[in-house]
Amino acid sequence: MKPGDSLAFAGGALSGNRLRTALILLAMAIGVASVVVLSSLGDAARRYVIGEFSALGAHLVIVLPGRSETTGANPSMFLGETSRDLTIADAMALERLPGVRRIAPINVGATPVSRKGHSRDILLLGSTPDFLGIRGFHMEKGRFLPDTSADQATAVCVIGKKVKRELFGSEPALGEWLRIADRRFRVTGILASEGTSLGQDTDELVIVPVAAAQSIFNTQSLFRILVDVRTQEQVPKVITRVEEAIRQRHQGDLDVTVMTQDAVVGAFNNILNTLTLAVTGIAGISLIVAGVLVMNVMLVAVSQRTAEIGLLKAIGATGAQILRLFLLESALLAILGAALGLAIGYAGNQAIGHWFPKLTMAAPWWSEFGAIVVAVLTGLLFGILPARKAARLDPITSLQRR
Amino acid sequence: MIELAGIRRAYHVGNQDVYALSDVDLTIERGDYVSIMGPSGSGKSTLLNIIGLLDRPDQGAYRLDEQDVTTLTDDQQAGVRQRTMGFVFQFFHLIPRLSAADNIALPLVLAGVPADERRTRVDAVLADMGLSDRAEHRPEELSGGQRQRVAIARAVIMRPSILLADEPTGNLDRHTGEEVVTLLEGLHASGLTLLVVTHDPALGHRAGRQLRMEDGRIISDTQSQPAP
Ligand SMILES: Nc1ncnc2c1ncn2[C@@H]1O[C@H](COP(=O)(O)OP(=O)(O)O)[C@@H](O)[C@H]1O
Ligand SMILES: [Mg+2]
Repeated sequence: MKPGDSLAFAGGALSGNRLRTALILLAMAIGVASVVVLSSLGDAARRYVIGEFSALGAHLVIVLPGRSETTGANPSMFLGETSRDLTIADAMALERLPGVRRIAPINVGATPVSRKGHSRDILLLGSTPDFLGIRGFHMEKGRFLPDTSADQATAVCVIGKKVKRELFGSEPALGEWLRIADRRFRVTGILASEGTSLGQDTDELVIVPVAAAQSIFNTQSLFRILVDVRTQEQVPKVITRVEEAIRQRHQGDLDVTVMTQDAVVGAFNNILNTLTLAVTGIAGISLIVAGVLVMNVMLVAVSQRTAEIGLLKAIGATGAQILRLFLLESALLAILGAALGLAIGYAGNQAIGHWFPKLTMAAPWWSEFGAIVVAVLTGLLFGILPARKAARLDPITSLQRR
Repeated sequence: MIELAGIRRAYHVGNQDVYALSDVDLTIERGDYVSIMGPSGSGKSTLLNIIGLLDRPDQGAYRLDEQDVTTLTDDQQAGVRQRTMGFVFQFFHLIPRLSAADNIALPLVLAGVPADERRTRVDAVLADMGLSDRAEHRPEELSGGQRQRVAIARAVIMRPSILLADEPTGNLDRHTGEEVVTLLEGLHASGLTLLVVTHDPALGHRAGRQLRMEDGRIISDTQSQPAP
């Protein structure tokens, strides 16, 4: 039997039972499409997060209170478990280290702000003037924090555009006063929009001198210190110096974690890659389910078509020929289903990319490849049993039934 | 030439052995026209199936054209079926999704005959059967007589030497049945060995040689003058 004829015969058998074929194609397609979409989603999320962190710049060293024993990152780093306070004095000491260009100690917390009876909760960030440059933020109007010593709690603040709109409306805000927690602050500047970065929307931010933030939060401790290193080559040396300086200041205990932006990015990369694989794996299970469906449908097909199989044998078909014909049918189902699934997956990616423009939806090469391979393999694997059943049918008993 | 000697075929039903064929000896010459008659369950189909290599005897020897075919493998038997046997069944056994032409072409397709050669051969057989204008019709669009003619066309498309018909008129009215038998007799006249199982004595007596079966045995074997 010629390959083209086999294909035509198997294809004809599939189109001979449209509903059955359509249902199986759908099951296969959903499996493949979910693999494509979920892996793309995972990968897009990974790239988004990595992009956010990369925006911090490559020369950045981050100091957080608490010691993490592992060399890589672990969740406690991001939760900021504290053993001994990391203080403004620590930060000022780091600023004097060789190789350090500038630093920004940081405190953050949610706090109410109010003006003339309008009140809302915002994210309050305490830092120093260099924060603006380190994070790459810009001013829309006015000036950023005053260039005083970091331990000076000057009552000035810089506000995001949305905060300005909600508290001042169209009135000018520069030079005006507002209330943060129970203190009065004078507005010296308005931040330009930078969009959302690391979960902070610049429009909804209020920034005050770090010492002022500490007294509002009633703490001596910093959330973390950003250290901007002069050149990338100096980063390892600066890490050692930072650790040495903190050890000296903390009675010989190294109770902070010093890491580079690379380490953070690497950690997130690992976590999100694992997550993507896990989600894709779960989607892959639906392909196995589709495979079981193919088997079921093919078994039904074999019992519905016993007379046909008996006839094929009577006119000279060998068992191997019949096996091939039925395997070809399940393979066709799988391949067509996979193709349909890819199309649906791409459409899904387009739709998600349209609604969430921040996510660049593109299926990783291994997911498309893997989905098709798994689909075809399950189609063939689960097609073997029905095909063998067909090949072994006794022609006489198959022909007796009409 | 078909030579059966001591053929036995038994079915185990429960703990009993049912002999569909017991000790059948039969020789059929090339070009013979043989009818097989007998009550239902007497073993007519079993005999035809063993001759057609669709079934294997439990005992006995079967020589086809001087060759022992009982020892052949399944695949070798499939090859012999393909080259030398044509089957016609009571229930036609056409594939419903295929057109008449495609049903007829099926043995050629299985044998790997190229498409253009298939087309000429199918067209010729369709014309012989008076079905040229029905080539693209599907079985459900054909009458019973037309369906059986398509089935006969399919049975002869490989130019077999033996044509085996198991109650070919069993599902047809008398008139159509006679047409079909006339068609089969025409094929016999062109040189095929023809074996027909039938319930209808009138049709059975048209054969040059008539076998009567009962309880898995051939109880009579008569030659008669060929029908005028
Ligand atoms: N698959 C089978 N299982 C059990 N018994 C069978 C089977 N096929 C045929 N038989 C028995 O063998 C005998 C002969 O059957 P068959 O050749 O079909 O008879 P006929 O064609 O003359 O009506 C019957 O008694 C029948 O019941
Ligand atoms: Mg019978």
